[in-house]
Amino acid sequence: MSGNDEMPSLDVEGVSVAYPNGHLALHDATFHLASGTICALVGVNGSGKSTLFKSIMGFVSPSAGSVKINGEPVRGALKQHLVAYVPQAEEVDWQFPVSVWDVTMMGRYGEMNFLRIPRAIDKRKVEESLRRVSMWDFKDRQIGELSGGQKKRVFLARALAQGGRVILLDEPFTGVDVKTEEAIIELLRELRAAGCIIFVSTHNLGSVPEFCDQVVLINRTVLAYGPTADVFTEQNLSLAFGGVLRQFQFDQSTVQEHDGRTIRVLTDDERPLVFGKDGHLEYTNRKEHEELLKQRSEEHE
Amino acid sequence: MSGFLEPLHYEFMRDALLVGLVVSTMCAVLSCFLVLKGWSLMGDAVSHAVLPGIVIAYWAAVPLAVGAFLAGLFCAVSSGFIKQNSRIKEDAAMGVVFTGLFAFGLVLFSKTESDMHLDHILVGNILGVTKSQLWQTLGLGGLILAVTLTLRRDLLLICFDPGQARVMALPDKFLNYLLLALLSLAIVASLQAVGIILVVAMLVTPGSIAQLWTDRFDRMLLVAVAAAAGSTLAGIFTSFHIAGDTGACIVLVQALLFFGSLLFAPKYGIFRRKAAAGA
Repeated sequence: MSGNDEMPSLDVEGVSVAYPNGHLALHDATFHLASGTICALVGVNGSGKSTLFKSIMGFVSPSAGSVKINGEPVRGALKQHLVAYVPQAEEVDWQFPVSVWDVTMMGRYGEMNFLRIPRAIDKRKVEESLRRVSMWDFKDRQIGELSGGQKKRVFLARALAQGGRVILLDEPFTGVDVKTEEAIIELLRELRAAGCIIFVSTHNLGSVPEFCDQVVLINRTVLAYGPTADVFTEQNLSLAFGGVLRQFQFDQSTVQEHDGRTIRVLTDDERPLVFGKDGHLEYTNRKEHEELLKQRSEEHE
Repeated sequence: MSGFLEPLHYEFMRDALLVGLVVSTMCAVLSCFLVLKGWSLMGDAVSHAVLPGIVIAYWAAVPLAVGAFLAGLFCAVSSGFIKQNSRIKEDAAMGVVFTGLFAFGLVLFSKTESDMHLDHILVGNILGVTKSQLWQTLGLGGLILAVTLTLRRDLLLICFDPGQARVMALPDKFLNYLLLALLSLAIVASLQAVGIILVVAMLVTPGSIAQLWTDRFDRMLLVAVAAAAGSTLAGIFTSFHIAGDTGACIVLVQALLFFGSLLFAPKYGIFRRKAAAGA
């Protein structure tokens, strides 16, 4: 447990990763994170988010550059169990015959002897972690019998039980209800206050300014990194997403003055669904719907 | 009843029962890991691929287990290599590699002078085990069981979430190869009893049966062992009374148990699930 209370740092310096088939997934990526931060890793699918995660977790070795945690190479940091990760829901086999308690206990394996028989301290840490994410009452459930949000919290509890100081989360909010999302964010803030580096891979742009104080924008390389307000600019985002981001421009849309421009936007970060004041559908392109507009204006007169 | 227990009067039947129980227990424990890791096809592939290794080891007068392990490893590694470096998917690569190795083994075998019969290698000859084979199976089976059960939590972790093993700097690659080595050894130890072809059933069916009965791993191990040992006893007795092929009888009982579980298991059986959905 020696190194686990110091303030961590994460330094990614000129990292390039090429896969055996010749695909260059990441080129010359550089950024630095100091302790006590929630940082978002934002980019389109295939921009190298998961490759970057894998190089921080030591699953792939960079062909150039280096990743250092606390100034140490990744391998040394992993041996001190400094890095914890919360996998994407799709990567987990939810039919697997393990309980909530079993999964959380897996976070303690690094500290146990090779027989992996839990000691009192392991049981205490697991209980603490499960209580902290409000999953103690579910400790005997098989993991497939949980809701999306509960599933996510189990793996968070495992990261807590491990005592990781650099915590990587892969799309933590997909399939999670709003209440759980808020609870997870609250927990991440506590961990930040305790000095952890929380690194969150996401393509959910809307939630980023809500809880992340820093952002790393990537597209095959690091385009920008730093405080959210500096990085999350329209210019940077169009650089990162190119034509992929969907836009809804009010002056070209069917949203009308007489509705007081009151609209309700529903989006799951795909194309937004926009409803006008009295619940009618709005369209992005005014010209295509002029007929409809005319009809609607007549009704109003 | 004394008529039913008549086989116990013969020493070769008692030996067969002992070997059968050891082999089925060992294979049942491994099968839990294989079905959870998605390695069922790997059991099939390795069991065929070991044949050339066994023949070459016989020629070179090294332990058959060594040859079997190297051939099994070669099969697994080369399938992985083909998948990574071509557009062929892993199951197809594995299908080509293991049938190729098996055919190679058959050719080598036909060029070999030995007192072993090909059909004994393919479907086993449990009623004809010699004392030395008996001791070899017991020793190997005990070793495999001891290693697998001692390291079961680590092996389970690399089946469930290999990423977590790596992040904690646990030797995930070593554990993968260890599981492969245990699989190859188990196949060698089972050859005498059930043969290459039927060992696949021993390595897949008990774990699958257990998965239908429970969703806790330790209980899964117990159910798998009980199902496999019970099938072995029932299969050997049945084969004696109907004078049928012993290995085939064992596997047939296992398969019947599987289909019974699939339909009627209390939680995950098809009928129970339908009843639950209807309620």
